[in-house]
Amino acid sequence: METVLFYLFATVALASAVMVVVNRKVFYSAISLIICLCSVAVLYLILESPFIAAIQIIVYAGAIMVVFLFVIMLLDPFSSAIIRDKKKFLGYIGVLLGILTITFLYPVLKSYDIAQTPKNPLFLDHEVGSIQQLGESLFNEYLLPFEMTSVLILIAIIGVVVLAKRQVSK
Amino acid sequence: MDLLHYLILSMLLFMVGAVGFIVKKNIISMFLCVELMLNAVNLSFIAFSSFLNQVDGQIIVFFVMVVAAVEAAVGLAITIALYRNRNTLSADDADTMKW
Repeated sequence: METVLFYLFATVALASAVMVVVNRKVFYSAISLIICLCSVAVLYLILESPFIAAIQIIVYAGAIMVVFLFVIMLLDPFSSAIIRDKKKFLGYIGVLLGILTITFLYPVLKSYDIAQTPKNPLFLDHEVGSIQQLGESLFNEYLLPFEMTSVLILIAIIGVVVLAKRQVSK
Repeated sequence: MDLLHYLILSMLLFMVGAVGFIVKKNIISMFLCVELMLNAVNLSFIAFSSFLNQVDGQIIVFFVMVVAAVEAAVGLAITIALYRNRNTLSADDADTMKW
């Protein structure tokens, strides 16, 4: 069952990821990316991480991609801004480099042995995947980075307001 | 299902995103490819977290998602500013800084 689910959603994720790159129209690329994100969220559920799967769908596929679609519709990419590839050979070189990297990366991944990886002693006796455990370590060990993200988001908000503000005509 | 399957899937997703980032000319498409790469890395983080029984991976994925949201917001604001000033979405046309 688990194996079937893994292969099904891995195939969907890969196919929609390829569609993101292959599609000429940006809108369809964004829709394909939403499909990819949702199928990866199912893989998170298989890996016993329900909280991350939930925020993947709610925040990532729900909020961030809606912002993308909003901007895509605002800028009207269907008509003027679709760019014809003048340098076609660049695409072939890119695909070639990708295949080359995969062939070099595969033996590295294959030789990895999980039993030799040292474990963080903080989490040895906890069961992973419980939201309570996640929240506790987020507010104890990772409190400072968590607070830093609020500063980061504040900076981003100010930056976006400054960037998107219409310039006063001179 | 062992860890290698998830790592290979993550690698393939990442390479699709990376190749798309190189190939695409449209700025918004390039952003979508960056999101794809972030997503692939998140998948391998979650896989490690699950197979090592450690919760760190999930927390790091949480932070990656925050940074992805921030990056999308700022990047799209820059895209809108570029479109407003230059009336283009091509990354090749934004070459003022290119000598």
